[in-house]
Amino acid sequence: MDGDAARYTGCRMKAPASTVPPRAKRPLTTISGVPVEPLYTSEHLADFDPARDLGEPGGFPYTRGIHETMYRGKLWTMRQFSGFATPEETNRRYHYLLEQGQTGLSVAFDLPTLMGYDADHALSEGEVGKCGVSISSLEDMETLFRGIPLGDVTVSMTINSPAAVLWAMYLAVAEKQGADWARLSGTIQNDILKEYIAQKEYIFPPRPSMRLVTDTIEFSACRTPRFNPISISGYHIREAGSTAVQELAFTLRDGIEYVDWALERGLTVDEFAPRLSFFFNAHNDFFEEIAKYRAARKIWAYVMRERFGAKDERSMKLRFHAQTAGCSLTWQQPYNNIVRTTIQALAAVLGGCQSLHTNSLDEAYALPSEHAVTIALRTQQVIAYESGVTAAADPLGGSYFLERLTLDTERAAGDYIRCIDEMGGMIAAIEQNFPQREIANASYEYQKAVEAGGKIIVGVNAFQSDHEDAIEILQIDQLAQEHQAGKLAALRATRDNGRVRASLDALRRAAEGTENTMPFILDAVRAYATLGEICDALREVFGSYQETSLV
Amino acid sequence: MSPPIRVLVAKPGLDGHDRGAKIIARALRDAGMEVIYTGLRQTPEMIVNAALQEDVQVIGLSILSGAHNAIVPRVMDLLREKELTNVKVIVGGIIPDEDAADLKRQGVAAVFQPGASLEEIVDFVRSSVPA
Repeated sequence: MDGDAARYTGCRMKAPASTVPPRAKRPLTTISGVPVEPLYTSEHLADFDPARDLGEPGGFPYTRGIHETMYRGKLWTMRQFSGFATPEETNRRYHYLLEQGQTGLSVAFDLPTLMGYDADHALSEGEVGKCGVSISSLEDMETLFRGIPLGDVTVSMTINSPAAVLWAMYLAVAEKQGADWARLSGTIQNDILKEYIAQKEYIFPPRPSMRLVTDTIEFSACRTPRFNPISISGYHIREAGSTAVQELAFTLRDGIEYVDWALERGLTVDEFAPRLSFFFNAHNDFFEEIAKYRAARKIWAYVMRERFGAKDERSMKLRFHAQTAGCSLTWQQPYNNIVRTTIQALAAVLGGCQSLHTNSLDEAYALPSEHAVTIALRTQQVIAYESGVTAAADPLGGSYFLERLTLDTERAAGDYIRCIDEMGGMIAAIEQNFPQREIANASYEYQKAVEAGGKIIVGVNAFQSDHEDAIEILQIDQLAQEHQAGKLAALRATRDNGRVRASLDALRRAAEGTENTMPFILDAVRAYATLGEICDALREVFGSYQETSLV
Repeated sequence: MSPPIRVLVAKPGLDGHDRGAKIIARALRDAGMEVIYTGLRQTPEMIVNAALQEDVQVIGLSILSGAHNAIVPRVMDLLREKELTNVKVIVGGIIPDEDAADLKRQGVAAVFQPGASLEEIVDFVRSSVPA
């Protein structure tokens, strides 16, 4: 601790006069550019109907939260997204996080895994273990969860295009541990639409990808009733530079698309809708973010009841995970990031999140060091146990400003949703580059405003220091690739390769037809077919996707 | 009037986070340059071939994934092989200080880290190309 204190006092927050912004530059709009008036009174809520717009916590339309008692009954799950280098090293980090009081796990995979390539593929060169943990086979997945009982811990996995394969590996590990699938609880992200829109980690074209997602939703409804087969994500849309309204609208419209496909498959809405989950960004603008979460619950409740005729209340309740905004964190004066993250996390909590990841102060440098991730977790614990905000449900409900902002956010998102409906749905909109173009425009406008000094980023374009602290950075083992490739070579030499070939042939035939692919993927995984081999079999049938580049 | 500066903005590696690459491409275009954006997942070979075909004076590489030490040296080698050593290479992204110094020793003209301003980048590109 002495070392840290010394580092803090070493940083003099000197603000030369020229970098102090004049009073007029303090925000008069939200960070997304929505004008804000100087004062809100009851006159701003003339069109506000508490029964229609608000309800009570735990009651339709759930604007105030999905539980009657909210955090008094159950705190949100503190779930730090984590993964790096080899499964062995990440397994050690998971044990550390659980010992520190974290209540759920969240797996970050490296880019080869996200793109469906094995660690020894030519395109994996230089990328293995860098952005997350490298997983190429069931053997790696067994190592990742060694000593962690999957029947007891909830696990979230950020995996999209090859989600069915990684989920099959997870289910196979649970099976080997003797855990009952019906009791497994966790989430796979599995949201392919936002990949085409924002994050761009896609393998197959949109329609076969949607078929795979629908296969997992159907399989989950039958076999893993407590598992969330999808986390419909606005996080990446926001990180790509969207406004708060775009994040909300595109995410909910993605949700509508998944429901349409599952209904088309022959499922009834209340069979699967209770297990749809969501994932939103927690950005800097405190009230805009809280309004976004409240509007999300309200819109979804009405969509499920009116548009899809859901009868089960659980289908109408939008449950969401939040992560603080990585894109808001700065390389300059990195300790300020702890403060930004605290404000963002507080917005997520006051907005009624079910689980939360807080980013670490070194976000703009590297994957988090153990020291940085511990502060990020402590931030949540301080909010939960010291701030007092958990005592009453939706403590900001009824605020003139917040209720106005919630209504306006809902209406602006509704306009986007109708616009995409008119285009023929989200896949048609993606094919026309509509959401991609809207986000690129918003992100460029924002950057220009930052450049012009119209948006202040403390430490970057105002209040700069003449001295920057050196911070501790996590170094990824350069030998991770070699280590992973070595294990794969050994696996390929010792497994039953006849069984692998037969399982991949069966999967190819299933993919060509209309059967649910999950049982075939499970068979291939159990035979220790690798991620790359399984994705290659699917690439042969489905083809690969290339976007038309748009600047 | 001299012809506009020609810049190739490229996104190598498996990463798909293209917010930065797109913003830079637009900013250079708005500054009057001719910008060719390669799109995602370009190998060093594809990037250098595109630079040759498009006859660019500057290549901008956007790398956020930590793969820069594998990708950038390969691009520099290929440029030397094709005798394109007059093409300036700039790198933007999450590049630690010590790696940035290494990349510059290998011939990279500039490395822009998070928080760099568009103005700084545009000015650098302008000043690095002889009029």
